[in-house]
Amino acid sequence: MGVYAHLDDVCVRYGEKIVMQNLTLDIVEGAITCIIGLSGAGKSTILRLLNGLKKPDSGRVIVKDQDITEMRERDLIELRRSIGFAFQFSALFDSLTIGENVALPLREHTKMSDAEIRKLVAATLDSVGLAHVEARYPAELSGGMVKRAGFARAVVTSPQAVLYDEPTTGLDPIITHVLTDTIVNLRERLNGTAVVVSHDLESIYIMADYIAMLFEGAIVAYGTVDEIRRSPNPIVQQFLQGSEVGPIPI
Amino acid sequence: MKVLEDVGRGTVDVFSYAGGVAELLADAVRFILRLRIRVRETMDQAYLLGVQSWTIVLLTSLFTGMVFSLESAVQAVQYGVGNLVGGAVSFSAARELGPMLSAVVVAGRTGAAIAAELGSMVVTEQIEALQSLGLSPTRMLVVPRLVALVIMLPLLTIFADIVSIVGGMWVANIYAHISTESFITSARSVLPFGDVLKGLVKSLVFGVIIAIIGAYQGLQTRGGAAGVGKATTGAVVTSIILIFIFNFLLSYLLYGNS
Repeated sequence: MGVYAHLDDVCVRYGEKIVMQNLTLDIVEGAITCIIGLSGAGKSTILRLLNGLKKPDSGRVIVKDQDITEMRERDLIELRRSIGFAFQFSALFDSLTIGENVALPLREHTKMSDAEIRKLVAATLDSVGLAHVEARYPAELSGGMVKRAGFARAVVTSPQAVLYDEPTTGLDPIITHVLTDTIVNLRERLNGTAVVVSHDLESIYIMADYIAMLFEGAIVAYGTVDEIRRSPNPIVQQFLQGSEVGPIPI
Repeated sequence: MKVLEDVGRGTVDVFSYAGGVAELLADAVRFILRLRIRVRETMDQAYLLGVQSWTIVLLTSLFTGMVFSLESAVQAVQYGVGNLVGGAVSFSAARELGPMLSAVVVAGRTGAAIAAELGSMVVTEQIEALQSLGLSPTRMLVVPRLVALVIMLPLLTIFADIVSIVGGMWVANIYAHISTESFITSARSVLPFGDVLKGLVKSLVFGVIIAIIGAYQGLQTRGGAAGVGKATTGAVVTSIILIFIFNFLLSYLLYGNS
């Protein structure tokens, strides 16, 4: 499999705080790559780098062989149309119904008729297990349903890649399982690439093709699920075991 | 040295703010010139930001017109120039009271609403969501509010002009026994139609200020609920200060020789 995206020697800082230092990472095309790490380690920043919402202070971000580091906003808009983004808190627009939220990218970027849009929106919502909620507002749905509506909006245009920011955080085990299955199913349906930022190790073991562990601004471990679970790196082992004892400062 | 540092930092902040606002306005104007305006959203905003402000504009204009007339009419009659009260009230209403009052009131109500709404959208990642969908927040959110206010504020100003003149006329009649005919005759002789239009030009500029400052403050929100509160306050304070500054500049340019 080829490389969908490549972060090359990337440095990012927020004010005085260095979040990434010479970080290099490949995102494999057609695979689900999960990024793990401590809270505040900069995992979500990786997703924002990949769709150009954040520019690195130095280094390069290559997506589909295009260097997007210095890309103009107009060109980034084109790029973003090919990348779905499911936000941590879904970021659905409160003033729009679920149907309108999911339909928005179709209305803005395609010449589809109203009937075609309605049909595709219904089918996409159905594919994430949300039938007949088009007329409801985000505030009227449960946390898990809102997450899935966010997934639907991210994938309704059949993007080449989907970025998921903490898709299962704060949800019960059953909904977590449902969402994990949804991510796997969507990846198969779209035949595309997925990058998932998560703390939820059980879900990650189910869905990940590759895992990258971010620690102190760099990727300290990268590999398949088995390789990461068997990693001799004490940082990885402490994180996976949730142990207070080890090289990770508490 | 610290004073110099503070002055330097303050200067940089002011220019950075002005640059950011100018960039946002230029971006919005580019979309408007290319007619990339979302009509339904603009109409919704015209209703929310404009139509729903009519009550507050009515009350402030009515009472201000009445007070102005109350304080001028009795004395004018005593000095034998009661026939000039209509002119004085309508002159001040069309040139200053109407545009300024409606702009300040709308800045307090609508500027705050724009900043709070966009600020909340920033902290709940909705602005990033728009960008990630390949959509421009300027086109989707700023342009409808800007167009709505540029249309609605002059209409509210016409309304404010009429209401303050009618309020003034009523008070002049009750307290100084100045007849309606005398009041209207005076108003028509003193107030050229051009002055009414110039008042509307002012309100158009004020509409741009309220919309752009509110949007810019909202889009610059950082730091959760506290940040939204700060953005909202900043939008109202900055808009009102700019309205006063631009009112002087526009008065100088439009009425400088009259």
